[in-house]
Amino acid sequence: MPDVTKTVPEAAAEDAAVAAAGGTLPEPKPEKTRSLWGDAWQDLRRSWIFIVSAGLILLLLTITFFPGWFTGADPTHGDLAKHFLQKPKMGKFFDPDWLGYDQQGRSVYARVIYGARASIAVGFGTTMAVTLVGGLVGMIAGYFGGLVDSILSRLTDVFFGIPFLLGTMVVLNSFQDRTTWVVIGALSFFGWTQIARVMRGAVITTKQADYVHAAQALGASTPRILFRHILPNTLAPVIVVATISLGVYISAEATLSYLGLGLNGVSWGNDISDGGNQIRVAQWIMLYPSIMLIITVLAFIMLGEAVRNALDPKMR
Amino acid sequence: MTIIEEVSVPSPRDGDGGPLLEVRDLHVEFHTREGVVKAVNGVNYSVAAGETLAVLGESGSGKSVTAQAIMGILDMPPAKIPQGEIRFRGEDMLRMSGEDRRKIRGRRIAMIFQDALSSLNPVLSVGYQLGEMFRVHHGMSKKDAKAKAIELMDRVKIPAAAARVNDYPHQFSGGMRQRIMIAMALALEPELIIADEPTTALDVTVQAQVMDLLADLQREYNMGLILITHDLGVVADVADKIAVMYAGRIVETAPVHELYKRPAHPYTRGLLDSIPRLDQKGQELYAIKGLPPNLLRIPTGCAFNPRCPKAQDICRTDIPPLLPVTEQDGAELPGRASACHFWKETLHG
Amino acid sequence: MGRYVARRLLQMIPVFLGTTLLIFLMVYALPGDPVRGLFGDKGGSPQVIAQLRHQYGLDQPIWMQYWHYMKNMILHADFGTQIASGRPVTDVLGDAFPVTLRLAALAFIIEMVFGIALGIVAGLRAGRLTDNAILLFTLLLISVPVFVLGYILKVIFAFDLNWLPPNVNDSTNVNELLMPAIVLATASLAYVTRLTRTSIAENLRADYIRTAIAKGLPRRRVVGVHLMRNSLIPVVTYLGTDIGALMGGAVVTEGLFNIQGIGGTIAQSIVRREGTTLVGLVTILVLVYLLANLLVDLLYAVLDPRIRYA
Repeated sequence: MPDVTKTVPEAAAEDAAVAAAGGTLPEPKPEKTRSLWGDAWQDLRRSWIFIVSAGLILLLLTITFFPGWFTGADPTHGDLAKHFLQKPKMGKFFDPDWLGYDQQGRSVYARVIYGARASIAVGFGTTMAVTLVGGLVGMIAGYFGGLVDSILSRLTDVFFGIPFLLGTMVVLNSFQDRTTWVVIGALSFFGWTQIARVMRGAVITTKQADYVHAAQALGASTPRILFRHILPNTLAPVIVVATISLGVYISAEATLSYLGLGLNGVSWGNDISDGGNQIRVAQWIMLYPSIMLIITVLAFIMLGEAVRNALDPKMR
Repeated sequence: MTIIEEVSVPSPRDGDGGPLLEVRDLHVEFHTREGVVKAVNGVNYSVAAGETLAVLGESGSGKSVTAQAIMGILDMPPAKIPQGEIRFRGEDMLRMSGEDRRKIRGRRIAMIFQDALSSLNPVLSVGYQLGEMFRVHHGMSKKDAKAKAIELMDRVKIPAAAARVNDYPHQFSGGMRQRIMIAMALALEPELIIADEPTTALDVTVQAQVMDLLADLQREYNMGLILITHDLGVVADVADKIAVMYAGRIVETAPVHELYKRPAHPYTRGLLDSIPRLDQKGQELYAIKGLPPNLLRIPTGCAFNPRCPKAQDICRTDIPPLLPVTEQDGAELPGRASACHFWKETLHG
Repeated sequence: MGRYVARRLLQMIPVFLGTTLLIFLMVYALPGDPVRGLFGDKGGSPQVIAQLRHQYGLDQPIWMQYWHYMKNMILHADFGTQIASGRPVTDVLGDAFPVTLRLAALAFIIEMVFGIALGIVAGLRAGRLTDNAILLFTLLLISVPVFVLGYILKVIFAFDLNWLPPNVNDSTNVNELLMPAIVLATASLAYVTRLTRTSIAENLRADYIRTAIAKGLPRRRVVGVHLMRNSLIPVVTYLGTDIGALMGGAVVTEGLFNIQGIGGTIAQSIVRREGTTLVGLVTILVLVYLLANLLVDLLYAVLDPRIRYA
């Protein structure tokens, strides 16, 4: 079937690119061979969404790894006598007083800075886990098909059938000591299904490509076909879904904290939950961690959006 | 550069009040991220009622873009028409209001597209899509429109039209779908039909049937027909005259049989030489060297010069205008013109 | 079509059994005990606890408990007893289900109307300023966690402006239900917008739209008939599957606005470790989800003549 998505200028530009590669023109500028990834990178560099989100994420990573660069205050040190519910002092940038104090006299600014670590760790940890597990399950189901696919697909359906938040709540409720690893485990336990479905679909499509048949005919081993021929062509949709879900997991971690089932320790979710109780007397306790949380989630979702646009020419 | 008024190839049948459609010095460009793509660079042609003009060219030659400009279905932006006129019955359509142009589309000028499967709406029945013409342009009732649709399907020889009127496009074969496209274009008996590669997507045997049908109906209604194609074989049987396009310009025009016999442009010659022939069995097939030009950076001078076996210095600096050509003794060759500095050598050499 | 439905229903059985088993295992295999929880920190006498455990069948091996539970559920529509109140879970369900249904229905209307409208506007102006503004707005909606949005709306509309009540006492009162429904609808609304926008922008470049324009149809007909009919197919399917998600996603929203629906009851059951109640409620949600998916598939065949189920 002909490509119905092309508009005239695109087709013309394409012809033009082909023509330029021929080198028969007066001043043929040798154009680099353009791959999907090369094209995507060219696109990304021009996308304001990408530039903004990448900048924000770099800043967040810096805060996560070097919180000491941003504040000298201890986020767990509370001084009830001096700082109880002290209001923000707007002019005092980067000072412990800057964003006020909570009901235990702890610096909100310090807690906002140190809270980044929990969100980033849960976000990246869960995303890596679900991409590995879901990717593997989806690849096996898609490549082998038949009974293997039926069993794995039904298993995916079973985990997908349980509402994500409910499932993680049940698991986390059984743990008294909810470390980062426990939260990552609970989120991953129910989160892998989406990647598995995306991967399965992509593998099934790629499997039918002629070059895969050619590799099979030449007697390439199954792992070689899977990892050398199929995997590279399924990465695009998986990367898009993984990037967006990174933001979603950060949001889920905060929601679990709000429900009293999140990480023990300094985290934005816990602070927002605490601040919610003080909302009529001291809005700032909830406001600043909320802003940080929203910006963080937004940054990753924007990044995913930009990557999707770059990798999927149909979206342009 | 020499400034010479280019000729618009006159139609022998232009009698009463000039041609049906006349395109004058049309330019179309697309503003893309990579730059300005100059798709059409000064096209002139005309069609009379009952006449068939074949527009021949490779993809990217601007033949389809010209047709879309005539139809008024270019996306603007990114497309732009910086200059030119498209006169229909003497009136410049580029200066009309959007609503006036819409009333011409479908009713007085209709278009047939290449790929009927993607050009028909997949979720509406063919009866609905045919009947829509009558409902929108003539305000007909749903029931009358459906009766008309069945009549049209009969006319384009679709078997069991009454039974199939509620079927969807994907339920028809490729040839039948193209007949439905033709029926849709003919619905309101337009004065001009533009067919953009109407048979390219079809099997060879079906191609001939569809082409014959189109030619028959054209004669019956005395319509003008612009047939856009890259297939020299399709053209020979049905066209009256041919315009060959290259890089957004017409490089040669001629009555159809004269063009085949004696081309007056090296590009046309190259096209004719690259048709496989039975008497050349075993020999290597001729191919024009190089590739079509990059429309972002059209070569200076004659756009064909990098690929032309006859190219001289003048070809790299001066754009050859489309001018009438003559016999060696100066006798006129009606309807013939070439945009080549060395047309004499090509035509008579 | 009948055979397709039968096959899909058969496929649902293992998924249904698997999901209930999974939730059953999670509730009972993980540490904690609903009977002990009943007595709070003081703890009851060992005899009483043992007797209650026996009464609810908690002393049996887990697979026996699952077997009995499923048998009763399927044969007698008996979902067990809520330990904290001693009421049958079906009664609890009967109270909670209509509340959640009303909330989900209102949220569904909001997400459908505003999501599709915004998506159409963005799709028709793809790549322009309006499109980018709507894109940013939807990304923001997706990024704001539900509970944060709930707090923000509560502070503004309930406490500062006094327009809407902060909590829901009567779920039949649309005025009271409006704020929680907006909160619940937000994320889905953003997805509906994105999906509509993509679908419209893609179909706008389709050949059959070019044909429709070439036919001389007025723009409102090109958009209203030819573009919409095709573009809304994926949106309708998404909306269908989202019904289940709306009902399951109400946990946070119902807690935030003190609504006594399924979500709120589930949250309580999790904290109290009420296995039977939890399994019963989740089972209902899974059933709604599975049936909604089936309906969507059938609807798809109605909307798109190219799809035929054999």
